[in-house]
Amino acid sequence: MSVDSATITRVAHLARIAVDPAEVEKLGAEFNSMLGFVEQLASLDVSNVEPMTSVRPMRIKMRADEVTDGGYPNRIVANAPSCEDDFFVVPKVVE
Amino acid sequence: MSDLTKLTLAEARAGLIAKSYSAVELTRAHLEAIEKARALNAFVTETPEKALAMAAKSDERLASGQAGPLEGIPLAVKDLFCTDGVRTTASSKILGNFVPSYESTVTSNLWADGAVLLGKVGCDEFAMGGSNETSAFGPVVNPWRRREADGSIDPTPLVPGGSSGGSAAAVAAHLAIGAAGTDTGGSIRQPAAFTGIVGIKPTYGRCSRWGIVAYASSLDQAGPFARTVEDAAILLKSFASVDGKDTTSVDTPVPDYAAAIGKSVKGLTIGVPREYRVDGLSPEIAQLWDQGIEWLKAAGANVREISLPHTPYALPAYYIIATAEASSNLARYDGVRYGLRVPGEDIVDTYEKTRAAGFGSEVRRRIMLGTYVLSAGYYDAYYVRAQKVRTLIARDFEASFNDGIDAVLVPATPSPAFGIGEKSGGDPVEMYLQDVFTVTVNLAGLPGMVVPGGRSSTGLPLGLQLIGRPFGEEALFTLGHVIEAAAGRFTPEPWWQD
Repeated sequence: MSVDSATITRVAHLARIAVDPAEVEKLGAEFNSMLGFVEQLASLDVSNVEPMTSVRPMRIKMRADEVTDGGYPNRIVANAPSCEDDFFVVPKVVE
Repeated sequence: MSDLTKLTLAEARAGLIAKSYSAVELTRAHLEAIEKARALNAFVTETPEKALAMAAKSDERLASGQAGPLEGIPLAVKDLFCTDGVRTTASSKILGNFVPSYESTVTSNLWADGAVLLGKVGCDEFAMGGSNETSAFGPVVNPWRRREADGSIDPTPLVPGGSSGGSAAAVAAHLAIGAAGTDTGGSIRQPAAFTGIVGIKPTYGRCSRWGIVAYASSLDQAGPFARTVEDAAILLKSFASVDGKDTTSVDTPVPDYAAAIGKSVKGLTIGVPREYRVDGLSPEIAQLWDQGIEWLKAAGANVREISLPHTPYALPAYYIIATAEASSNLARYDGVRYGLRVPGEDIVDTYEKTRAAGFGSEVRRRIMLGTYVLSAGYYDAYYVRAQKVRTLIARDFEASFNDGIDAVLVPATPSPAFGIGEKSGGDPVEMYLQDVFTVTVNLAGLPGMVVPGGRSSTGLPLGLQLIGRPFGEEALFTLGHVIEAAAGRFTPEPWWQD
């Protein structure tokens, strides 16, 4: 399988990464090299095999649904590139 | 290097308790070594003042008889563990000024046991790489250099391996007594092999992942670096815990790993998988492997050839699973709550510009590949298929263990350390092949330990890898100690002090 420039541009947008049009061709070549490498998995018969969903077989942990932490908005926004009164500031989203 | 930086962890601990020197003196000796080793670029952030303050506290506890198991021991920490009040970058521009207000569980355990933080060491960006060259802070340099046939030193700078290259270089160069790393596809074991030290990736779920910057959550696991097998055992006991904050942390008591050192290996059966004798395996790696087999036999272990038939499919399955999980985990770096922001015309443009500027090329490539394999129409063909292959790889190991195998012996890497720039220019797949002997362990969630076993024709250290049963770390320490006793320890010439 090989991907074209339109696919690279679409995937970049899905991943929310701006890609310079001049870079698309090189990225496509790298993508195709990596996809070619993983292609060998297609030759393996995996019918009747369950996908791994838990690395170590274990019962999923449950805990009480209660607040055990928090109450420090100043710490939460301390690393924000832009904030105002303990709120994150972003470009206008709704007109 | 001064005498205090030559000590093993076990020796340093005994000396501190005997009051032969203070924790402040021990820490100061390591801080001086770090100052003289800037040519190695091992540290992203040095924390000398914090280190001396922590060491002074250790001296108080030592004086009052309240010393913890790591009291006063100076350690380096991979810049992937969040440290309260100390910048944590994941060696990425996008987190270049991130200062957490919380501490990862693993490092909390270390400080609770009395250890001292020397600083944060470099790694591949978001732990994605096998050479340290993807770091936004420049590559770490391996303390080892090649030797020419006539005995002269080749000054070409070599990679320390990756992704935990700073951790490995700091320990190998005697800048720290031990270090914390993480291993997603070989990121503890490959750098340990490239720098001639001991590194262990524990069983998945043994060490909490809470507070560690996530790469691929179903593969990531923290573990220690040390210069001896015993030191690694002492460190792992403090790393490991049962943590309610990590849902994959397994409720199994932490054993006294150091007690496994020196036990007899008589009656243990070691598996040697024929699929690891890959085409083109270098003769010196094959010879190292045979030597390891002989050492274990001589100590009384039984050695048997085994088959792990799905081994050739491990690397492609790994690169699908790891990139898919990375694309999801790294979605959080959007320039809103922390890290870099590059303003755009609207919110989406801001995300796209921020992520393009903040991530390096390898990270962008992996996020995009992961996005592709998870996208509509490809999810079953790639991700689900890879998770099925993963089941087959885990079953291969399980069958061997059920058949009486206690541990598996394989090489750690297909080659010794290579030069900076030698593999990073071309096809990314060439670099991925570095992980051929290590990724199977992450896919199956097993423990794997690397112990130095010999030298290459160019004088560089080479590592042997022991793979254990789930939660079979104690057997690895017992067997690793046998290899260490036969192979000896490996110390580079301190050229960086010139």
